Amino acid sequence: MKLSGWGKYPVVDCRLSQPRSEKELADTVITSKSIARGNGRAYGDSALSRTNTIDMLKFNHMLSFDPTTGQLVAEAGVLLSDVIAAFLPRGWFPAVTPGTRFVSLGGMAAADVHGKNHHIDGSFGNCVDWLDVMGPDGKITRCSRTENTPLFEWSIGGMGLTGVILRIALRLRPVETGWIRQTTHVAQNLDAAIDLFEKSLDATYSVAWIDCLSTGNALGRSLVMLGEHATRAEMPVKYHATPFPSVTTQKLSVPFNLPGFCLNQYSVRAFNALYYWNGKRGDPTSYVNWNSYFYPLDSVLEWNRIYGRQGFAQFQCVLPLDSARSGLSEMLNNISESGRGSFLAVLKRFGQQHSRFSFPMEGYTLALDFPISDRSVALIRKLGQITADYGGRIYLAKDSIMDAQSVRTMDATRVDEFESLRQHNGAAQRFASAQSERLKL
Amino acid sequence: MSNGGVLILGARSDIALAVAHSYAALGHPIQLAARNVQTLQTEKEDLEIRYQVNVSLHNFDVLDLERHADVIEGLPELPEIAVCAVGVLGNQESDEKDILAAAQIMRANFEGPASILAVLANRFEQRGSGVLVGISSVAGERGRATNYIYGSAKAGFTTYLSGLRNRLAKQGVHVVTVLPGFVDTRMTEGLDLPPKLTAQPSEVAAAIVRATRRQKNTVYVKPLWAFILTAIRLIPESLFKKMNI
Repeated sequence: MKLSGWGKYPVVDCRLSQPRSEKELADTVITSKSIARGNGRAYGDSALSRTNTIDMLKFNHMLSFDPTTGQLVAEAGVLLSDVIAAFLPRGWFPAVTPGTRFVSLGGMAAADVHGKNHHIDGSFGNCVDWLDVMGPDGKITRCSRTENTPLFEWSIGGMGLTGVILRIALRLRPVETGWIRQTTHVAQNLDAAIDLFEKSLDATYSVAWIDCLSTGNALGRSLVMLGEHATRAEMPVKYHATPFPSVTTQKLSVPFNLPGFCLNQYSVRAFNALYYWNGKRGDPTSYVNWNSYFYPLDSVLEWNRIYGRQGFAQFQCVLPLDSARSGLSEMLNNISESGRGSFLAVLKRFGQQHSRFSFPMEGYTLALDFPISDRSVALIRKLGQITADYGGRIYLAKDSIMDAQSVRTMDATRVDEFESLRQHNGAAQRFASAQSERLKL
Repeated sequence: MSNGGVLILGARSDIALAVAHSYAALGHPIQLAARNVQTLQTEKEDLEIRYQVNVSLHNFDVLDLERHADVIEGLPELPEIAVCAVGVLGNQESDEKDILAAAQIMRANFEGPASILAVLANRFEQRGSGVLVGISSVAGERGRATNYIYGSAKAGFTTYLSGLRNRLAKQGVHVVTVLPGFVDTRMTEGLDLPPKLTAQPSEVAAAIVRATRRQKNTVYVKPLWAFILTAIRLIPESLFKKMNI
């Protein structure tokens, strides 16, 4: 059946299997070259396999919860939205969350996702205590920082290429409320934005939204948004009745694929300018509920349809701290010149990261998306080139465009080690995605 | 409605589990009844962790009529709502030749569900409150060559439910008949179903919760089914017998 990632590009004709038990899962793993798929939120082809795409959503049970430590053990197909629905009312929130709550826990571990608190709490892997991984022989191995360590370290961020992640033990963070105290700062240009990030390293959450079409002295002008979990005591009285607001019924949804011409440089420019001025005018401090703060796009179900039927491509890179300013300027110049304004451009400071194959490194990450076209693809390749030049790397969970050579240029040592591990334990013969084949991982 | 218990008969099916999630999310204690019920331990723990409600497991074989009264006696409390999700599709082609197998299908879809609901109906009537929900099938609305064994049993069950409703209406007990149409479940896995007529188990569950709250009598999950069935019923038999639908 025809499947794609969240970006609706590429569309691949995949054989889909939907196992319901460990035995059915093992049977399908040992008979064909496979990749596990969670809720399909990777943007490109990370969770697509022509020969066997394994739908993991039937493995969706929560298995145990320890209220003294906040450790939740759950099957990989459980969605983060379910975790929040179950535990936020009890005062627990994911320690690390990506920008959508409609991800599976297995997908979160496989992509080692990050959130707005990476500079403090690191990536998702940091709050994972152990994993159960089904290997190429259909056997399940429990791995952690102390047990079967290599399998654990390479599976976090390993894009499902070390085996099928079946169960996860993760730690949640205690919170007093479901509200975030947000402060918004205006940065006139990229330098100012980076200065703001560097000054705000003790803020729990930080992220910047960049107007990609600004040029010259205003290149990289942005809104830098900082956030803290609000305590009960500080909450305005009007919120006391709802310390843990629930998601209201979602009515907004993009009902069909919009025609491609709806998004062009003029509409994006207008939107960006509006967003920027709106942010500049408003009260700098406000209380925002968890859902609008962390998952603004989730409230528009199927927002990926705004890019039309042909889909869109994401580009996300990270540049090391010392080359970030110059590298990002070069990228923004290229984007601005191309006039292919990204609808969403997000800048974020990463903290230190110690992991084998995960995306983050200490520095700055820039995320953009573009409607698919030859010119966008050329621009993304160019941005990939700049990433490599400045010693950065790209995020596999977003990628659908790069080629094997560029990824190897960015990440030769890690790719080689990953390859030899996969050869050594037989994973290379059993696990592959359309992406891993494209990138020769 | 207070948070009375919800009994789910035939609890292993996808629809049954979706119903369990919907009611547990509203804070109702859940009673799961099925054969080899200990294999539902993971489902029990999942429900308890997610919704912090009590979930109890009860062995229940729909074909073992003699034990049905005991099953109900063995519940921690007489439930407020009982949902019968028992159903076996069978294999029409082979069951046509195997009369005993066909009889089993009829018993599992009609006789057994009717029996357990009879026990519950009497207890609910005595108490003067409660809701019985029977999941029947659009297949019971007209006999078709491709599924009349299953369909005729469901027709019996639908009629039984409507009779119960008539009997209990004056006793404070309400009966809901659910006709889900196609549902994306293990039962229909591998069948090529039209997406517009196919519901997810969670939609069926939501429809059941809604119908129970609003005291609806017969509900279709996808409204289009009501039109289709009206049209199918209107086809004269002389024509219908020659059709392949």
